[in-house]
Amino acid sequence: MVEEAVRDWEFFLGHMNYWLFIVLMMTGFYIVVAKGNLVKKIVGLNIFQTSVFMFYISIGKVEGGTAPIFPVDMNIDPAVVYSNPLPHVLILTAIVVGVATTSLGLALIVRIREEYGSIEEDEILKIEKEIALQEIRLHSEVMGERG
Amino acid sequence: MSTETVHHTALTLADHLPALQVLVPFIAAPLIVLFGRRGIAWPIALASSATAFAVSILLLSRVIDGSVISYHMGGWEPPLGIEYRVDAANAFVLLLVSAMSTLVLLFARESVEAEVSARHHALFYSAYLLCLSGLLGVAITGDAFNVFVFLEISSLATYVLIAQGSERDKRALTASYDYLIMGTIGATFFVIGIGFLYMATGTLNMADIADRISEQGSNRTIRAGFAFIVVGVGLKVAMYPLHSWLPNAYTYAPSMVTAFLAATATKVAIYVLLRFVFTVFDPGFLFEFNTLGYIILPLAIVAMFAASFIAVFQSDFKRMLAYSSVGQIGYILLGIAMLSQTGLTAAIVHLFNHGITKAALFMAVGAFVLTAKGSFYNDIQGLGRRMPLTSAAVVVGGLSLIGVPGTAGFVSKWLLVEAALENGWWPVALLVVASSLLAVIYVWRVLEVLYMQPTPDGSTVQEAPMSMLAPMWIAALACVYFGLDTDVTLTAAATAAEGLLAGSTGLQ
Repeated sequence: MVEEAVRDWEFFLGHMNYWLFIVLMMTGFYIVVAKGNLVKKIVGLNIFQTSVFMFYISIGKVEGGTAPIFPVDMNIDPAVVYSNPLPHVLILTAIVVGVATTSLGLALIVRIREEYGSIEEDEILKIEKEIALQEIRLHSEVMGERG
Repeated sequence: MSTETVHHTALTLADHLPALQVLVPFIAAPLIVLFGRRGIAWPIALASSATAFAVSILLLSRVIDGSVISYHMGGWEPPLGIEYRVDAANAFVLLLVSAMSTLVLLFARESVEAEVSARHHALFYSAYLLCLSGLLGVAITGDAFNVFVFLEISSLATYVLIAQGSERDKRALTASYDYLIMGTIGATFFVIGIGFLYMATGTLNMADIADRISEQGSNRTIRAGFAFIVVGVGLKVAMYPLHSWLPNAYTYAPSMVTAFLAATATKVAIYVLLRFVFTVFDPGFLFEFNTLGYIILPLAIVAMFAASFIAVFQSDFKRMLAYSSVGQIGYILLGIAMLSQTGLTAAIVHLFNHGITKAALFMAVGAFVLTAKGSFYNDIQGLGRRMPLTSAAVVVGGLSLIGVPGTAGFVSKWLLVEAALENGWWPVALLVVASSLLAVIYVWRVLEVLYMQPTPDGSTVQEAPMSMLAPMWIAALACVYFGLDTDVTLTAAATAAEGLLAGSTGLQ
């Protein structure tokens, strides 16, 4: 019993990165879904994406591995274990994508603010509902006339 | 290092076709910005899109017999280097995307002139080409992470393009923002899925992942990866409950953008789904088998009915077509969920046929928006006589949407029913027919508005210009042509389906 509990505890601690990845991911996801402020949504999206960066970087870790830099003379000692650099490179790309998404999202918010005068989702929805109602009213007036 | 021999085989331009497919529009995009001149943007865009179209025809002609072209980006051997892999399935998608892009660009000039302010034109066409090259890249690459990168290139460009509709209607901005949030969540889910696959297999080359998965069998990491990828791509596909971004995005985007996206973007996402479900994973796995059978199949059927039902009650032609798109995606997913050669062929054929049908219809919407200043039923009533050619194109497209014999829509629905009967799923076959009746209703509503109603007094609406009618009619005639001569599409789709299924074992 005790042994099992210790093993579980060690498994838990040993995978700390992954637990934090899940916590961070769900936090970000929750913010995107639950917050009504458009800027806060973008912040949530950022946290969500950052959690994935952490996930990828954790994959690259090799136990006992050192930084993946070959010696200058290229005499590679086969006994030395290197961490896997590939996930890090992938995540560089994903970071660039994240930056582009954030900046585009913020630019859209600026434009939304100019047009609607608000960055709160519920207020924007109210304005949009009003426009839609007017459209339908016009539609039924015109279409009703010929009735 | 000096002992290493460097193989330097001279490559002709023809060997570089897979790279050119993506690079031509990709390089033309910044060129347009560099020139910065409004007048030159459209010709460059059209020329590069037409080049991509020519390249895709050459590629399809090489792989239609079932062979595979493997192109090593930068000369690095796969699985370490990035591989572009062309087989019948993606050559077909490449052809659809580049053909539709060229057609829509021919149509675009007047439409963009009217809907987007002049100072944005150069940037607009540049974003359009980025979107095109992203979509082509997704289809052609054989590297899983590369799919994500191209997916994001096309998505980011798409958000920009949709937001350009804000000059006509400010709701384009919120539609674009919503799509940005949903699309990014989808893409991030996708990249988490790729991460799980990399954890389980240690490689990113799709063919290599497939080999290793079939060696080691299914495990929990792979199943988690599968789930993330299906949900992530499902968002891009607009699979039924994940479709909420689509109606607004399609309604408020500029007309030519809607025509392009409806014909290509969701189709490319479906291709990604096909590629992962059939080539990378193995549908023989119980988990995957159940996902397709118990989740995607019911959702596809719900989409066919729910989205078509909503479409019936719309009072905006463009919005109606957007909901109809969600419904039509249901048919394609249904074909995939059947997990058989016929079902898959039906899905691929419908992907193509629905692409050209929706392109024709959305181009007609663009013509209405140009001349009648709107696509609401009160704007277009009685235009059947004023705009006879545009309205006739709507008739042809509408019939193809319903699936009337002699149109492209009929061929794919017929195959779908055939596949359902082959599996012994006669209730599903009945449902396909029943949901087509809903399409009859929503298409009929538009035709009634166009032809049966009087033109409002004092209306000065004229027929759309030739430059819009010609591409619209090419698409409309293609609907009829591919409904009568089914040889080309069926052969290509059957070869593609065979190629996709060849990698997967354990199928009956």
